[in-house]
Amino acid sequence: MLRLDSVSRHFGDQHVLDGISLTVPDGQLLSVVGPSGCGKSTLLRTIAGLLPGEEGTVTLDGTPVTGVPDRLAVVFQEYGRSLLPWLTVRDNVALPLRRQGLGRAARRAGAEAILERVGLHGVARRRPGELSGGMQQRVALARALVCRPALMLMDEPFGSLDAGTREDLEDLLLEVHRSDGTTIVFVTHDIDESVYVGDRVVVLSPGPGSRVVRDLPVGLPAERDQITTRSLPDFVALRTEVGRAVRGT
Amino acid sequence: MTRRQDMSLGLLGAAAAFGVCEALSRAGIVRRGYLPPASEVLARAARLAGDPAFVDGIGVTLRAWALGLGLACAIAVPLGLLLGAVPVVEAAVRAVIEFLRPLPSVALIPLVSLLLGSGTRTEVTLIAYASLWPVLFNTVYGLAETDPLAKDTLRAFGFGRLAVLLRVELPATAPFIAAGVRISAAVALVLAVATEILSGFGQGLGVFIAQAQTDPDGTRDVLAGVVWAGGLGLVINGVLVGAERRLFAWARQPAPAVRTSRRSRS
Ligand SMILES: Nc1ncnc2c1ncn2[C@@H]1O[C@H](COP(=O)(O)OP(=O)(O)OP(=O)(O)O)[C@@H](O)[C@H]1O
Ligand SMILES: [Mg+2]
Repeated sequence: MLRLDSVSRHFGDQHVLDGISLTVPDGQLLSVVGPSGCGKSTLLRTIAGLLPGEEGTVTLDGTPVTGVPDRLAVVFQEYGRSLLPWLTVRDNVALPLRRQGLGRAARRAGAEAILERVGLHGVARRRPGELSGGMQQRVALARALVCRPALMLMDEPFGSLDAGTREDLEDLLLEVHRSDGTTIVFVTHDIDESVYVGDRVVVLSPGPGSRVVRDLPVGLPAERDQITTRSLPDFVALRTEVGRAVRGT
Repeated sequence: MTRRQDMSLGLLGAAAAFGVCEALSRAGIVRRGYLPPASEVLARAARLAGDPAFVDGIGVTLRAWALGLGLACAIAVPLGLLLGAVPVVEAAVRAVIEFLRPLPSVALIPLVSLLLGSGTRTEVTLIAYASLWPVLFNTVYGLAETDPLAKDTLRAFGFGRLAVLLRVELPATAPFIAAGVRISAAVALVLAVATEILSGFGQGLGVFIAQAQTDPDGTRDVLAGVVWAGGLGLVINGVLVGAERRLFAWARQPAPAVRTSRRSRS
């Protein structure tokens, strides 16, 4: 269980997060939406234990997060910069497996399998700089999934994908979430997406001093489908409510 | 400007300089003793390639050059990583470095010769000292330029400080280090030849130049030696630039120069 207790954050004089309290049960997929610049990425970095010093506490399974927790995976918003340009796509994806003490062959096999799964074929030996933005984003996703994390933090992971690929990867995410029981905090600026993938949607207020303004359970059937789920009256009602909350009306 | 245009302009410039020197000398504007025709100098330089004693001398110079440069890298890269990675050490060492850096290495030749004699040891020491700085500063600078997001990525996957240094910061800094080595390679050649000229005996390209100087008609030989020094510098630079292009094709700008290029990826 992931728990945030009145987490606040400042950058110098700038007040970014103001007393965020949340409890995310194991296996939940929590969508976080909020206006640009409100502090969504900052929230994820705080949970990841990447920001030094803290106000409030983050606990994971009862232990306070002081450094980077074990079995964590992060997909950063700036996915392109988070791929190491000197490594091949395969070695980038295999990197987290090093921490699990796997041999070279096992790492490569694991990386290639997950690359197939995110729909990247025949690019394993290329370098990230040779790929399109959307492909890089899928590489970053594959790298996060490869080590079967217990907690996955995703910062607008599908932001630069075309609609078709985006829907495929949303469904892949749901599938992984269901089969591995990963706890996921999923930041997005796409309101429909937040409802479609989420078990719950949290809306942050505009900064400075962003707070949780809405916390909505998503009561849609667990089995989701791009066409049918999105046309359910419950879906439409939820997306309207989230949209209003984001706009502050 | 394309590389081809660059190169043809360079050739044009070289040809023009050659023509001017040739004309000045042949027309008797400058005494032949001072400036022999460029063609004679080049012919002499070419003939030197067949002179075993001279070729041995080039070997001696290049060996000292390689030893000194290698030693400099072996010290500068780990030291740079330490300085860049541990701010406390950097703060403690900065004053010493700021004092040593502006000292012109050539001015140290007499002092080091006095301490170590005028042999290979002096030469290698001076070369190593002079070529230390570009590699050291480029290493520290490259480390500071490493994308923090790449570091955060590895940290988020549970890698520790040392792993981040070796797996992210060192590879990201490698193009900067290579550019430093390229600059140092030229500095090292200057120091090798200068040390030999000042010591004046033994073997080496600088020794050849120093001894030709004392001949009555030595200008031609001195200049032929200089042509060799310039040629060596060109070849070394060309090889290193080529290696950088090949090894660091992943960096947006191949062969980043000191403090000019900032890699931006999106
Ligand atoms: N390392 C930092 N130093 C100083 N200020 C920062 C830092 N990181 C973020 N900020 C500031 O904190 C605020 C929130 O930034 P953050 O990136 O968390 O917003 P966001 O909600 O993720 O925005 P977006 O939707 O555009 O990605 C911004 O005003 C930003 O300028
Ligand atoms: Mg963000």
